[in-house]
Amino acid sequence: MDILVSGLLLAGTYALVAIGLNLQYGVARIMNLANGEMLVLGALAAFWLYTTTQVSPLLTIFLVGPVAFVGNWLIYRFLLTPLVRRSKNQGMLEVDSILATFGMSFFLVGVMVSLEGGFFAYKYLSEPIVILGSITGLNRFVAFLLAVLIGGALYLWLNHSRSGAAVRAVAVNTEAAGLVGINVPGVSALAFAIGGAVTSVGGALISTFITLDASIGVIFTMKALIIVIMGGVGDIRGAIVAAIILGLVETTVATLIDPGLTLVAAYLIFLLVLLLRPQGLFGKSAT
Amino acid sequence: MKRRNILKLAAAAALAGGLSLGNAAFAGDTVKIGAVAPKTGPLAGGSTVTHWPNIELWVKQVNERGGLKVDGTQKKIELIEYDDKTNPGEHIKAVQRLATQDKVDFMIAPYGTGFHIAAAPIYAKYGYPMISVTAITDQIGELSSRYPTMFFTLGSTTSFVEGVRDILVDMHKAGTIGNKVAMVNVADAFGIELADVARKLFPAAGLEIVYDKSYPLGTPDLSPVMKGAKASGPDAFIAWSYPPDTFGLTEQAIIENLQVKVFYTAVASSFPAYGGAFGSKINNTLGAGGSNPSDPKIAAWRDAHKAATGLDADYWASANTYVSLQILEQAIEGIGKTDSAAVTEYIKTHTFDTIMGDISFDQQNSAKYWTVGQWQDGVFHGVKGSNVDGAVAVRVKDGWN
Repeated sequence: MDILVSGLLLAGTYALVAIGLNLQYGVARIMNLANGEMLVLGALAAFWLYTTTQVSPLLTIFLVGPVAFVGNWLIYRFLLTPLVRRSKNQGMLEVDSILATFGMSFFLVGVMVSLEGGFFAYKYLSEPIVILGSITGLNRFVAFLLAVLIGGALYLWLNHSRSGAAVRAVAVNTEAAGLVGINVPGVSALAFAIGGAVTSVGGALISTFITLDASIGVIFTMKALIIVIMGGVGDIRGAIVAAIILGLVETTVATLIDPGLTLVAAYLIFLLVLLLRPQGLFGKSAT
Repeated sequence: MKRRNILKLAAAAALAGGLSLGNAAFAGDTVKIGAVAPKTGPLAGGSTVTHWPNIELWVKQVNERGGLKVDGTQKKIELIEYDDKTNPGEHIKAVQRLATQDKVDFMIAPYGTGFHIAAAPIYAKYGYPMISVTAITDQIGELSSRYPTMFFTLGSTTSFVEGVRDILVDMHKAGTIGNKVAMVNVADAFGIELADVARKLFPAAGLEIVYDKSYPLGTPDLSPVMKGAKASGPDAFIAWSYPPDTFGLTEQAIIENLQVKVFYTAVASSFPAYGGAFGSKINNTLGAGGSNPSDPKIAAWRDAHKAATGLDADYWASANTYVSLQILEQAIEGIGKTDSAAVTEYIKTHTFDTIMGDISFDQQNSAKYWTVGQWQDGVFHGVKGSNVDGAVAVRVKDGWN
């Protein structure tokens, strides 16, 4: 039971890390290597507001979300749209966007280091609660609930609304979506902005129980990449299922075998998925 | 944004572009000192607490009093900083650049054990005295005989583990605790080396290691580790940990309400941010490092540190870092020239008056350092050390309130 609870809570953390990148890569076709930095920016905002004015991180997310939405929309419109326009095919856009966002990640790290070079050390809701007989941190549980909420809301929006259908259409086939009258640049910008907002909100939540610093973003980018590739690009369900698998497997290995082997286990699963289902668990095979 | 931050931003931007700052000053008017350490990357969180602020403070203080006394006059320090991005390759390149292009007179030692070992050959090649602080290793003898310009000031791996062992053994003999120790370590050179030494020293002293696991650096969820340690029913919990996991393990111990009489975490336990994050809950937890904050010299330095940098100094290597700069300063002024070979020789043969008292080197190693400290009512006091004064009695950990 300990394994199930801890594993699911860890999965919630992973989902927060990966859902945003999934939208950005799946819909806007931007492989955003600055994803982790976006997350750390959210964490930095939560840390600052909490330590200077005692604003609860749970309120901070309502500030971080919209600001990150606007910020990411602007990034897409002004920094990434030129790349989208000039790329002749998706492969070229991926290469260009990887290079551009890689550079952006350094810029963001530099900005954050200048604001706060040390650890974002604070604790919020660091209280024990008992779930199904297993002790865990309240902050982790809250982050899990919000991950469920965000994931659920995105799923409903994508699958049961007209604008969501447009986003899915762009994810499936950019050109065809344009042919049926969908405003592809607009939808892509929207998806990129929502992705950035989800990631920074995730960062604010994660910072309540993991001590981050300005340079740690790359670790989260790597985890997000694994989850997105495992789950299948452009499918929210895939990212969530992959996060759950990763969370449960890592916790099981840490509890029953050895905590030292969690990374090995994570990469082993990743390899298996790549070997057996290269398009990802929920991905559509390339035609 | 404060002015300091803007300056830092400008510095970061200049560094990113591979430019060096302050080249405008004429050579000869200043003493050029180079510093290479992480400003970004995994070790940046620690270096911005322990390493960089003390360099900033020291340069400011020396320049405010007119500069270093060399060549029969006073010359201000011109500091040239590079970010090694926590990458040994970058570090070595930056050192080469400092030596060959910026032509600095002296260099400040790196931050982090691995960097000292990786970069020692290049510092030695250019003949700069390298007064190491954040280098904890059992290879001190070997390294100092191989690199005649390298000095150590923070103790060895074994002395570190011995500090912890002595506390456990004393408490066990006094009947305060049983002999069961749960031990975890971060799977990184630092943690692995300390755990290896502890696996030999603890059982030899009659302690039983009932839980012994490692976890990868950057593990997002340490609750399985803490649950496992708790289930082993230990009297003491020892973690050879790095900053993020020091915070993570402490939080999990609070959540799991781990009832041990000794709780020890390694790096970052001495950071003011650690005390700030957990407040009274971590009263009587032990950690790597230590200091004697009631010593007037240390207290004055802490005040100056806060005033100059806006940051509280950590209760461990911050002081040693400042001491290493004081040693460099006194050696340069003792020689009165920017002659690195003569300064190195001076360091080997003289005693230095520092904020930690008199320091001298035996075989390039200073035996004055703290090994274990304890948070007692909001201040991290040294409880074990080598040749240091002001150690306070160890208290028993009693719950997490």
